Amino acid sequence: MIERKRRVTVFVLVVLVVVVAAGAYGWSEYSRSRDAQTTASDVDLAPADAPITGERIVFRSTAPGDLYGRVAAVAADDPGGPRSVAPVACDRIDTTGDQSVCLRTDRGIVTTFEAQLLDADWQVIQTWPLPGIPSRTRLSPDGSLIATTSFVTGHSYATTGFSTETVIHSAGGDDYGNIEEFTLLENGAEIAPVDRNMWGVTFVDDTTFYATTQSRALGHTWLVEGDLEARTLSVVRDGVECPSLSPDGSRIAFKKDVDDGSGVHWSIAVLDLASGEETVLDEERNVDDQVEWLDDDTLLYGLPRDDEPGVSDVWAVPAAGGAPKVLIPEAWSPAVVRS
Amino acid sequence: MYITLRDRPKAGEQAPPRSKQKVSSVVVTLGVVSLMTDISSEAVAAILPLYVTAALGLTTIAYGFIDGLMQGASALVRIAGGWAADRGDHPKWVAVAGYGLSMLTRAGLLVASGFAAITALVAVDRVGKGIRTAPRDAMITAASDPAHLGRSFGVHRTLDTIGAALGPLLAFIVLWAIPDGYTTVFVLSLGCAVIGFALLALLVPDTRPRRQAASKTAGAKPAGRPFSWRSVAEPRLRRLLVVSGVLGLLTIGDGFIYLALQSRDGFATQWFPLLYVGTNLAYLALAIPVGRLADRVGRARVLVLGHLALLAAYLCAGAATGVAGLTIAALVLLGVFYAATDGVLAALAGQLADTSVRAAAIGTAQTVVAVSRMISAAAFGFLWYGLGRGPAMLLMAAVLAVAVPACFVALRGLDAARVTTSGAA
Repeated sequence: MIERKRRVTVFVLVVLVVVVAAGAYGWSEYSRSRDAQTTASDVDLAPADAPITGERIVFRSTAPGDLYGRVAAVAADDPGGPRSVAPVACDRIDTTGDQSVCLRTDRGIVTTFEAQLLDADWQVIQTWPLPGIPSRTRLSPDGSLIATTSFVTGHSYATTGFSTETVIHSAGGDDYGNIEEFTLLENGAEIAPVDRNMWGVTFVDDTTFYATTQSRALGHTWLVEGDLEARTLSVVRDGVECPSLSPDGSRIAFKKDVDDGSGVHWSIAVLDLASGEETVLDEERNVDDQVEWLDDDTLLYGLPRDDEPGVSDVWAVPAAGGAPKVLIPEAWSPAVVRS
Repeated sequence: MYITLRDRPKAGEQAPPRSKQKVSSVVVTLGVVSLMTDISSEAVAAILPLYVTAALGLTTIAYGFIDGLMQGASALVRIAGGWAADRGDHPKWVAVAGYGLSMLTRAGLLVASGFAAITALVAVDRVGKGIRTAPRDAMITAASDPAHLGRSFGVHRTLDTIGAALGPLLAFIVLWAIPDGYTTVFVLSLGCAVIGFALLALLVPDTRPRRQAASKTAGAKPAGRPFSWRSVAEPRLRRLLVVSGVLGLLTIGDGFIYLALQSRDGFATQWFPLLYVGTNLAYLALAIPVGRLADRVGRARVLVLGHLALLAAYLCAGAATGVAGLTIAALVLLGVFYAATDGVLAALAGQLADTSVRAAAIGTAQTVVAVSRMISAAAFGFLWYGLGRGPAMLLMAAVLAVAVPACFVALRGLDAARVTTSGAA
């Protein structure tokens, strides 16, 4: 009985220590976070009465502070210079200038995810729910089609594993649905692998697009060419992830897994569509992003900083070869507006 | 019958007569241990994909893949955990090792950086869960009046599931208040794990089921009957294992049901990340009543008939039209299914097994279910892409409609045995 009393006392002490320690930590983090959110972001802002227009790069600003996560723009000819900050926050953004698509996390006691179509003044035109964490989004060149990819994750003890959902909407409100349901063709014949995941759409025009189709069972990660009218996906080649079509339409930049073993290490590569020639670029680090073309010679992509969680930079690498460099510090998800 | 008679303390011997209707304090304590541990693990699990993508800037591809592998490893470790518990006749020590291992992974998350480290920790956490489950369920069995075993497991699973529902809630509230507060979630998760571990280590008695049973059986060796795999393969247990395996092969997993609902219902899409919370709510509300029902009308019966709720959930998911009502109905039906199968299976295996192999038998039954469900999920992938979502769901429902009556007949004798023994009490 005395033994039991002693054990109860020890237990109560453990609970007290845990509650006090965790509470103190939680409170200090809460105050730190409040300070961080109210501190002005240390970025060079463009004057409010002269926002950045014309040829520009729109992105998610990751500079810590009150503007964290907000959409911002820098002039294409002065990417390290002052930025205009929009009144919306997005995890991923793509834009034509007149119209933008924004994938966002709606935090709360229950956290949900959604996609928004925004006009030039950042007003919401259309909203639709996403089933999981935002991953990629692209608009067609004229802005009439929107592709979104999100992760669909189960919960810990009952999951079917990783999967993605990629859907295409039109700006007019039509829903082309999950492209997973399109007919998959290889050399013109239909194939139906047991598992398939789709991600990373890049549009050619308003009917044609490229995307990734992966079947783990078959061990393929295909570049597919999609046809929205016929609702088909045709295999183009293997080993291409997250395609991104160049402005002149002649090349595709993509993530290429260059790991020899069972791991994954993505390098950036460029595929010449006419010749089928592949060039792996001079970026040694693991890049997990859908590349964006700054122009026909330069590629943009985000890389997280190792030492600062949540902060990332947009890097640029020449498509013809050459060393990568930081183009926009404290930025993510670049989208280029060409005029 | 002799098997159940031997491991069952005579009514009133362990508990005072008045408390016969009450659930043992050991069961409630183990339930609270599970509650704290589930808050801890589900809080982390809920935000891990977000942490990996938002804070580390990676995709969750490898995460999901490794997760699937570890589910398999965890299932196999369960048998080993059960074996160790029976062999040493100290189920608590094995459970302490399992809970302790998971607690250490929480501490590890605070210092881990990078994707590989995090997936390794998730893997070790799974192993810890695998180790502790069977010995813990054997302790619940040992501490309960056999006539009310279903209710005991109902109480335990209710507490467990409350933890599973509170965990994600806690995590998202923290992230709401502190947008980059992943470390805070990890700290709170560690705190809950420490409390659960301390509760188990300090306040749960170190019962020796085998020795206890032996002392009640005149003429047996003082250490009780030694562990033997042959006792696990005893005919009635074998029948339970086969039936569980067959039904497991027809259980495609919540994930596919949620995906099917999501593919045509905007309501399900919007709430997709939270659909499992709906299932958990139904499960925790029903675990005790269904457990009591199992005690009254027969555990094998409830276990098999619970699959009719799964069948109905398939029909909801396979239905051509998508309305919010069908989604909600499917979640409730899944909750009914879990209430009728998860704790009830452990109760049934614990009731049928000889004391000397009880944890191993429970662990084996749970492994059979887990592995057959994984095979089922993999196989269902073929159907999903081959036939399309709706027809695939309806096909599973049809096969289940045939299997349930067959399994019902196959398990008929098992409840009779229980009724006889409780009649003798």
